[in-house]
Order: sequence, then C-alpha cells, then structure tokens
Amino acid sequence: MKLKVFVFTVIMALVVSCGSDGKKDDKATGPQEETKEEVAEVDPMKDKGIGPIKSITLGEIDQAMVDQGHELFKSKCSACHKEDKRFVGPALAGVTERRTPEWIMNMILNPEVMVAENATAKQLLAEYLSPMANQSLTEQEARLILEYFRTLKVAE
Amino acid sequence: MKTIFKTLLAFTIVSTVLSSCGNGGDKGKHGALSGSAAEKVYVAPGEHDEFYAFVSGGFSGQLAVYGLPSGRLFKVIPVFSVDAEKAYGFNEETKPMLNTSHGFIPWDDSHHPDISQTAGELDGRYVFINGNNTPRIAKIDLTTFETAEIIEIPNSAGNHSSSFVTENTEYVVAGTRFSVPYPQRDMPIKEYKGNFKGALTFISVDPKDGAMDIKFQIMMPGFNYDLSHPGRGKSHGWFFFTTYNTEEANSLLEVNASQNDKDFIAAINWKKIEEYVNNGGGTKAPTNYAHNVYSDETHSATSTMKKEVLIVNPADVPGAIYFLPTPKSPHGCDVDPSGEYIIGNGKLAAELTAHSFTKMLAAIEGKKFDGEAYGIPILKYEEILAGAVKQPGLGPLHTEFDGKGYAYTTFFISSEVVKWKLGTWEVVDRKPTYYSPGHLMIPGGNSRKPFGKYTLVMNKITKDRYLPTGPEVTQSAQLYDITGDKMELLSDFPTIGEPHYAAGIPAELIKERSKKIFKLEENKHKYVTKSEAEGKVVRNGNEVHIYMTMIRSHFSPDNIEGVQVGDKVYFHVTNLEQDYDVPHGISMIGAQTSELLIMPGQTETFVWEPKQVGVWPFYCTDFCSALHQEMQGYVRVSPKGSNVPITFTLDGDTIGAE
Repeated sequence: MKLKVFVFTVIMALVVSCGSDGKKDDKATGPQEETKEEVAEVDPMKDKGIGPIKSITLGEIDQAMVDQGHELFKSKCSACHKEDKRFVGPALAGVTERRTPEWIMNMILNPEVMVAENATAKQLLAEYLSPMANQSLTEQEARLILEYFRTLKVAE
Repeated sequence: MKTIFKTLLAFTIVSTVLSSCGNGGDKGKHGALSGSAAEKVYVAPGEHDEFYAFVSGGFSGQLAVYGLPSGRLFKVIPVFSVDAEKAYGFNEETKPMLNTSHGFIPWDDSHHPDISQTAGELDGRYVFINGNNTPRIAKIDLTTFETAEIIEIPNSAGNHSSSFVTENTEYVVAGTRFSVPYPQRDMPIKEYKGNFKGALTFISVDPKDGAMDIKFQIMMPGFNYDLSHPGRGKSHGWFFFTTYNTEEANSLLEVNASQNDKDFIAAINWKKIEEYVNNGGGTKAPTNYAHNVYSDETHSATSTMKKEVLIVNPADVPGAIYFLPTPKSPHGCDVDPSGEYIIGNGKLAAELTAHSFTKMLAAIEGKKFDGEAYGIPILKYEEILAGAVKQPGLGPLHTEFDGKGYAYTTFFISSEVVKWKLGTWEVVDRKPTYYSPGHLMIPGGNSRKPFGKYTLVMNKITKDRYLPTGPEVTQSAQLYDITGDKMELLSDFPTIGEPHYAAGIPAELIKERSKKIFKLEENKHKYVTKSEAEGKVVRNGNEVHIYMTMIRSHFSPDNIEGVQVGDKVYFHVTNLEQDYDVPHGISMIGAQTSELLIMPGQTETFVWEPKQVGVWPFYCTDFCSALHQEMQGYVRVSPKGSNVPITFTLDGDTIGAE
C-alpha cells in the first residue's frame, strides 16, 4: 500500500515537471464560459431587440416605400413567411402591433444574435425550430420591409 | 513475490515516464518531431494560416488549396476534371468548361499554377494552371476560387512549359512539350526531324477583366519545351524556355534524347515579337480550338470555337530569339528576383548552370555565336555563363529564390533540397527530402518579391512515410523553415493527386476579397427563380423545365406531378439564401448525373430522364439546418401519354397562386 502511494507520488511529480517543461500558452484558449442571467419577462412592445437599430420614428405610411418593401419581401422573405398563416416562420399580419419597429428590423438585420440572445427571439426559435435566416439586407431595405409590414393587418 | 513484481512494475512505469520526458528535448534526433517544429506549424483552432498554397493535382486534374504553415486542406478547385462533389462537368452550367476541339474531355493532367502579377509582384487576382494532356490553360478567379476561363491551345501537345505569367500579367505562356507535325497531317513518324514543330503560345490577359486571348504562336524547331519562366526587372520583356530532345528523336527518348552534351534554353524577346505582330506581322492560319468562359452573373459557361490563330515564324523576326547552350536536358528554367540570372537545372548534368542576362545581351551585341539551329543563333556558352554550382547533387529539377540572395534547388535522384548562394555559387546547406522531389515553392519565389519564410517541397515518392494504404500511397509536400542559415524540416503532409508545382501567396493579399454570397438581384441565369412565387413547371414537348427554389429548409415546389417516362426533366434550382456559408444541395433518385451544390444566390441545373413509373423523391444533400432531414420532395412519374396534368405545389398550394 505504501509502495503504491510512493509510486503514484513519483509519477505525478514527473508528469507535473514534464508538463511545466512544455511551452507556456500565451494565448487565451477560447471564450470563457459566461454565466448568463435569466432574462425577466419583457413587454414585447418595449423590447427593441439587439442590433444596429436603436431608435426609429415612424410617420404616416408611405405607399412608395410599402411597394418597394413588398417587392423585397417577395424575393427575400416569402419563402418562409406568409401573411396570414404559420409557415416556416410565423405569420406576419399584425406584426407591428406585437413587436417594436426596432425589434423587427434587428430581427431582419441581426438574426444570429437575436435568436441566441433576445428572449422573445429565443422563444420563437424554440417554437419554430428553423432559425431566422440572415438575407444580407441593408438597413434601408429592412426599413422598406417594415413599412410593408405596417400595412398587414390581422383579418377581422 | 508479489511485492517484487509490484516494485518491478513501478520501476518500469517510472522509467517510461522519465524517458518519454527526456526525449521531448532531444530535437536533433527526431527532426520534425521536435517541439519547436511543431510550434512553427501549429495554427490554433479558429486562427488563420499566414499563406495560401495552391498545389497542383497532377493526374487528378485539379488544384488544391492548402494553408501554410499548417498544411491544412481547404478546398479542391475543380479545373480540368469533372467533380461530382461540386457538380463541375455534371451540371448544365459547367459542361461547356470542358469542351475542346476533341469534344467534351472530362479529365486532364494539371501541372504548374502561377499567380498573376503586377509590377513583378504577386497581386492575388488569378491563378493560372495548365492542362498537359489535351493542351489547355485555365484561369481561376481568386474572389470565388472557381475556374473562370479555359482556353485550348492549338498546335500543341503535352502542354508542359506552361502556365507562367509575365511581370504585369501581360501574357500567360503555354509551351508544347511534344513537338508535332505542323500543320497536323498523316505522315510517317520517322520523318519527325525538320517536319515537327514546337509551338510556344502567348496568351494575352486583359488588364481590366482578365479575359484571355491567344495573341500569337511562335513555331519553334521540333524540340521538347520543358519549362519556362519570365524575365523580370532588367530582363522583363524576355521569356526563357528549357528544351531537351534537341536530338529530335522520335523513339526511345530516354536514350536517344540524352545524347547531346548540351541542350538549349530558348530566350524569347516577346516584346519584340509583340511589336512585330502589332505592326501586322505573322500569318493568320486556320485552326480550331475552344475558348470557354464562365460568368458569375449568368452562373453559366459558354464555349466558343475559334477558327484562326496568328503564327510567327522565328526566321521572320531576326534578333528576337536566341539559344543559350545548357547542360544536359534541363528541366527547371528559373530567373532570380533581380532578373539577372537564368538558372538551367540540367537534370543529367553534374552542375547547375547560371546564365547572365547582362552577358547574354553583350554576346548578342558582339555576335558571339556558336552556329545556329534552324536559323536561330546559338550563343557561345562561355560568353553567357555567370557561374555554376559544382557538385550540387544528383538530378536537379527546379530552383526558387528567397529574395535574400539565396537559391533553393530540388534534386530528384539524391532526394534533397540544396541551398546555395547567388553570385558565389557556393552550397551552404542541404537537407534530405522524403523522397524524390519534383518542384519546390517559395511564396512569391517566381517574382521580384519572394516571401522567403518557407519552402514547400513536393515529393513523388513517400513509401514508408505514412500508414500504408495498399499499393497506391499518397504523394506529399514537405515544409521547411528557410529563415535561418540552415533549413529546418517542419512537417510533411499528404497531397491530392501528384503535386507538380505550387504557387504561394500571403493570405492577406486574397482573403479580404473572397466572395461570401452571390447577390440574388444580380443573378442573370436564364432559368433563375428569384422568389418562391415565381416557381413553376413548364412542359415543352418531352422537355419539362422545373423552376425550383431552395431555402432553409424546403424546396418549392416540392410536390410535382405530370412528369412522364421518356421526359427530359431539367431541374433549374435557385438557392434563395443570402447568408454566408448556407449552400443547399439537391439530388434525384436515378439521375445519371451528380448532386448539385448551390451557393447562396446561385442557380444550377441538372437533367433527369425518368425511366420508371412511380413517385420518386429528391432531397437536400448538404446538411443545411436542424431541419435538413425534412428538406425533401416528390415527383410523380406517369406512363408516357398519361393525362395527369402538370401540377406543382408547396404545402398543398399551387406555387404563384397568391
């Protein structure tokens, strides 16, 4: 028994000394584990989301912008979103009554971070499973799509 | 007894630990296994390599992209051979890339990549590479890492002394290894001498869009033109080609082409010939060769047959071409960064030959000739010789330069790389290679500005270096650190096919320009479907065209009916994604072609000719998302003449019926 302990000690000593002989890692080995705080329930109509859009003021609906937004929507978004039915992603009718304009644009422009860090977006991912795709739109294009969304009302 | 056993066991374990610990510091004995070598090639997970290395695939016909110093393989770019993985040569869009005057040729032997240059320095726009067997030159666009253009070389055979660029990429050259009858005709082989010609082809490269065009072909004597390199700096405007078989043998060349004590390096003053041609010189001759161009806008290639080529007869441009006698059957023809020294790697010679460009000009001026060959003056060897590296090794093949006054030569027979000094011609170091190297590469080593940190040596034989894989074993590349007085072998790694040559470049010159997606709005493919609503299926006789889209994670339409046995069904599939690294694939049961692998914003097409009635599935072949396994669809195939109408739906709704 004593022998075993001795042998173990010697081996450990050697292993340790051998290890400390090696090069010292001068770089961080990777991102440190972060302890994430649970986000409390947020009122979605106060949640601006995470991304480049911090604050936006809406005026009267601009029909020219709506038309351009609709065209963009058809080519970049309609493969996954319909107006009035759940598809790959949620139905969009009435979305501007459920979400802030900033949140909508950030979800379009910064979906990877949104579905990873924004509580509402995380919930949506859990429900729909397919992550919101980044369609590489510009802020201006996202704004046009938002204008189009403002015209989509829930059917009475 | 038990105690003794335990003691022995303990002793053994301790010894093992001790000895393994001790050996870690014994760098000399284990060479590449030493700690410092490992550190030099270690690129931590998530970090990028310092250099790109474009390593030719030889008989694979492709070009592999590795990182240095890690030796990690990033991509195999399909160039001259079909590639089922990327549908190259299988989809309708890329089939024209492999068209030639002999028809569709699905394979070639790719040899010598060279990166485009501006003012004698690497500019990272394109890599050129030659197809040896059915002579072709390809241009790879380094924003997409895809083959953008292939031009066939007429009147050529064994396109080997290719594809090297001039200082400002004015030209990429293609020299024939085998001389052939010119013009091609039915004649006795034994009448080779004097009747066979060796074409040296100068392909202009448009400075704006890189478009290639054969400017002229010089119809040289019927020797074998082995390798070439451009003049640079003071010798810019000249091009140098090694020759062998100046004996003009047509059989048993290993004996009959090794008779002459010296063969030649052909020095071509291309500026002079260009001027001659620009002033109306040369003869327009009928010919037939393919020029294939791929467009990133239409995502499709076109092939055009060209019917004429401009031939230059050396006798008509006196003073433009000279022969530099060079011992014996030289392979590599290498010009140092200053442009002064032209190195002949006489593969059967006892020494390495360095000619002086300055002395060459003086010898031409002073008419120091030693006869002529087919009217081309042969300069006197002693008049042009700068020096020779004595007893450097056996079988020199190729030399590159570090920009610090040293040259590095591979020796095939003695399996080594030898470092020597320009000007004094002294050997300063030699290291073994494993085994039998062909070429070596220093990033920028064929330019005015080499990045003399590493050399990559490419070996033909590996035998015992790796785990055996049956009779066929890998070829390899070996990386040496060349920053010190002595070279240090850092690592070796297996390669794709046979690496004949490579071109290296600092990653920073390329990586920022690497394309991430194709913009959907810029897609001009004839059969593009830019939104799901535009999807449709159109019958035209027995042709059925499916306009399909894909996005995470469904096809649209995904239920198609009305297809019949005997139809020719074209799947034109557009990837609607606009995010980086989200390709989708598609494959169809029974399709006699490959999958498609479609990048964001791109359209590709495959053809399916259903032979059996039934309902047949297709699916996404590239794991695209958590719901990838759900990305699938069905085509209903009815008997020929059936009255089942064409329908195309997604989730029960007809596409486009909004």
